Amino acid sequence: MAKTVSYHDEGAASKAAMQEEKVRRVEITISYVLRIGVILSVLILCAGLGLIFAHHPEYASKLPYNKVVGLQGNFPHSFGSLINSVSKGEGSGIAVLGLAILILTPIMRVAVSILAFIYQRDPAMTLVTSFVLAALLFSLFIR
Amino acid sequence: MGSLTPLDFVVILLAISVLAGVLGAIVGLGGGVVVVPILTLLFHINIRLAIGASIVSVIATSSGAAAAYVRERMTNLRTGMFLEIATTTGAITGAYITTLVPDKVLFILFGLVLAYSAVAMYLKRHKEVILQESNDWIANKLNLHGSYFDEAEQKEISYKVTGTKPGLGLMYVAGLMSALLGIGSGGLKVPAMDLAMHLPMKVSSATSNFMIGVTAAASAGIYFARGQIDPLIAAPVAIGVLGGATIGSLLLGKMESKWVRLLFVVVLLIIAAEMLQRGI
Repeated sequence: MAKTVSYHDEGAASKAAMQEEKVRRVEITISYVLRIGVILSVLILCAGLGLIFAHHPEYASKLPYNKVVGLQGNFPHSFGSLINSVSKGEGSGIAVLGLAILILTPIMRVAVSILAFIYQRDPAMTLVTSFVLAALLFSLFIR
Repeated sequence: MGSLTPLDFVVILLAISVLAGVLGAIVGLGGGVVVVPILTLLFHINIRLAIGASIVSVIATSSGAAAAYVRERMTNLRTGMFLEIATTTGAITGAYITTLVPDKVLFILFGLVLAYSAVAMYLKRHKEVILQESNDWIANKLNLHGSYFDEAEQKEISYKVTGTKPGLGLMYVAGLMSALLGIGSGGLKVPAMDLAMHLPMKVSSATSNFMIGVTAAASAGIYFARGQIDPLIAAPVAIGVLGGATIGSLLLGKMESKWVRLLFVVVLLIIAAEMLQRGI
């Protein structure tokens, strides 16, 4: 009888260790999502800024910054105008693309978390995380 | 500042943003609270564009620092995810009511809330209450409890989470403020976890940083569509803050909790004074 009990305890301990290992894997996956999003956006932002100054040499010499910075006509701010600007190779469009990727990174992170919780067979946390993603997607469509 | 070229502007803003990122990552704020006053007071940039750049820097700090913390197991992922139910709902509510509430009222209210948080944290600064038992059914059901390795004390510290309901309530307010003011509102998130839910200080700070990005993303799409995100402002801010946040996250693990808390109190008081001044 005592033997069965200790056997059962060993089973529970290895189950807990497996659970711990799964959690660790989820944490690392989320960490990667965040890091890839961040690195990608920084590279695109740098390219965009570089192009803005390459296309506009006057930005580095005589113009005061307040004649250029903060003018809404100078940069895209809708999905359509962003695509249009990027396809023309404009620096401002490419920089805005980098910013858009940065904004989407946390949303991607939440989406990856849902998959991770499904994989972990954790229905309560899957539901919690799905609610968060639904709220985020909803926010993209309200004005 | 009127004689600066756009290139000078971008370079100076980049340098300032690195400093904002370091500070933001250490204390669990987005860095936007530093960037907004600098853009408006020093560079005379329209407040709406400053807020647009700020919200991007908030996401940058969160993603940049959270990636490091998650690897170190400092972040309590489950608690963070659970509380995001409230922060995102709050942010959406804020996005709806933002046009109805005068800014002055918000600044004063926010200044008071931050000053209260700073005082509350200062009074509690020497005792970190870590629980070994919890009878909070939500925390037990979702298994929100955790442990982390404290570099300063050189040992594994395990803790239990409580107060999920007041935690959710405070997080809803934090989400609301984030959307209304364009900030990460770590100033409300950290005390909600530290004081109401009994998470260790460093775990609260790291988890706040992790959550801030999701909260900010809920309003960033709206700022983008409103034309408040100018790449010449937001790009240097995002790049600078990311670099700074990476440095800041390396410093956090090596600092004593007491010092993190004291630094946080000072930052909260400065922001509170700045908010009140803008409201009056």
